[in-house]
Parts: sequence; structure tokens; C-alpha cells
Amino acid sequence: MCKCLLVLYLQFYNEQEAKKYSQNSRMIEIQTQMSERAVELLSLPEDQPCYLLDVGCGSGLSGDYLSEAGHYWVGVDISTVWFLSEVLWFLCQLELITAQAMKAGFTGGMVVDFSNSSKAKKFFLCLFAGVSGVLPKGLGSESTDRGVSNQAQFTAQRSRFRNMKGKSVKKSKDWIMEKKERRRRQGKDVRADTKYTARHRKPRF
Amino acid sequence: MKLLTHNMLTSHVKGVTKGYPLIIKATEVKVNELEFNAQFVSRMIPKLEWNALIQAAEWLGRSQDLPSTLIPNYENDEEFLHKVHRILLEVEVIEGCLQCPESGREFPISKGVPNMLLIEDE
Repeated sequence: MCKCLLVLYLQFYNEQEAKKYSQNSRMIEIQTQMSERAVELLSLPEDQPCYLLDVGCGSGLSGDYLSEAGHYWVGVDISTVWFLSEVLWFLCQLELITAQAMKAGFTGGMVVDFSNSSKAKKFFLCLFAGVSGVLPKGLGSESTDRGVSNQAQFTAQRSRFRNMKGKSVKKSKDWIMEKKERRRRQGKDVRADTKYTARHRKPRF
Repeated sequence: MKLLTHNMLTSHVKGVTKGYPLIIKATEVKVNELEFNAQFVSRMIPKLEWNALIQAAEWLGRSQDLPSTLIPNYENDEEFLHKVHRILLEVEVIEGCLQCPESGREFPISKGVPNMLLIEDE
């Protein structure tokens, strides 16, 4: 059985910041929560210690959680300290990884926790190989009845309107409509949608 | 570096076809006790390259207890599982290096962490 889970949550620090990062209690809290959620999404067999690979383990904060959860793990990272250039490299690899994964026949998709909150939002790219993976539900999904999905299945379609993270391209009609919907949910005053909504304006406008 | 990890590592130097297993040259080895879990050990055994594990144990001078081929019905042999647990998870290489068997390139192990990074030309 082989499952693969990529967690899209990145912070960039130089060496001084990295030290602060490891010791900062808030960071430790976030890392622990992320690791917990990631393990949850892996839907591992209950009460069974597993052998896990933590790619981009950094200083091992996430690994601490894995050990606590009774798992055996190997951590891999490009550096003992995260440098900006190396994380940018990682981001470039991400798109490559997803494309390759789809070609290689992985199933899966994106799970978004707390999609409505820009602060709490977390993206999890879930890839399953060799198991029929049911994509888990994102947390904070009270708004699903509004038709706002917090999942994005891999499809064969290539949409011009969504970038890697499943977000609309900024300033496009999709983006504007989503923003208006978001503001309505926040209870703000929003103009009604008409045929002129999100219409392209000339530069001098 | 535990031998469980070593069992999964291979040399990826350009042009190398037989980069496994990496030769262990240890200058410092520690034995750190870890809680024994029979289930985990017996599930991992079929996933290991057994010969590579025996070789690794030999390089560390600890191959006395282990059979060169897997015994049938090992899942129920507690003593055997304990021996595997020890060599796989408790013996750790703290300082030393891993050598590619084909190219001779050495990957340093520092503070228990092997550095497998290659420079651009490699």
C-alpha cells in the first residue's frame, strides 16, 4: 500500500529565523497541527505503527509529532536550514510533481481546510497510488450548501482559469464573482450581479 | 542513521548503475534503545533487502546473530524479531560515511544524518 500526501504550507526563513522558528511556540503549535491533519488525511490503519517519509522535514518539528503518534519515519530535506532559494526550487518542483503524478496514474486531488478564511486556510495535495483513495473532506465545510466546494478533484480538463492552488487567476471574472460572494458571506454590502459585472474596462477607466 | 534507513538508500551519482548497497564506513556508532514492536518489525521484514541488511550489519561488526537467509515462519520467532529490531532500529551510525560501491563517491554522515546531496556536475 502506498499513499503520498503533499502538504502545501511553506514558511521561508534564513538561519537566524530558522532557530526562532524551531523554538517559537506558535510555530511548534502550527507544525504539530499540520502534521496531525496530514496524518489524518493519510487514513492509516488504526493503531498500527507505519513507516513514513517526511519530505521537507526541516528541523524535524513535524517528525516529533509522527514519533508521538507511534510511527517510524525518515525525514528528507535539501538543507538543515531553509533558505529562500531552496524553497522556491521546491515550489517549482511541486508543479512538476503534480503533473508527473497525474501522468503516472495517481488519483487524488486538493483538499482545502477552512477555505473561507485567508488566515486559517491550508491546502493539502493528496495523491493515492495503489489504493482507491477517497478524497477526505476539508475542515470548516459549513458553507458547502452554498455550492462552494472545498475539494478539487483531478480532472483531465485543463482550465485556463485556475492556477495550481485551485485559486482563480486574480482579477478574472471568476475571481471577481468569488470575491463578491465572499464579501456577501461576511455580511458586507455588495452590489447585485448584472450583465456588466466583471466586464472588462478600458485602461482609462 | 539507522540500518532501516540505510536499506532504502542508493547512490544516484551520474552514470552509476549499481549504487546499492552503500558501503558503510562508521567512525562512531551508538545503540539507542527503542520500544520493541513485533508487529512493525515483522511487517517491515518482507520489505527489506535482506542481503543488504546482513552486509550492513557485517560492516558494523554486528552480524553474528543474524541468519544469512530469512528463516520461514519468522513472524512467530520472538527472539529473531528482537534481533532484527535491534540491528534495524537501535543501532545508529552517528559519524562516518557511505560509499558508492561503483563510483567510490563518499557521502558524509554527520550527527546521525547522511548527506546525499550531490554537486551540480555529479
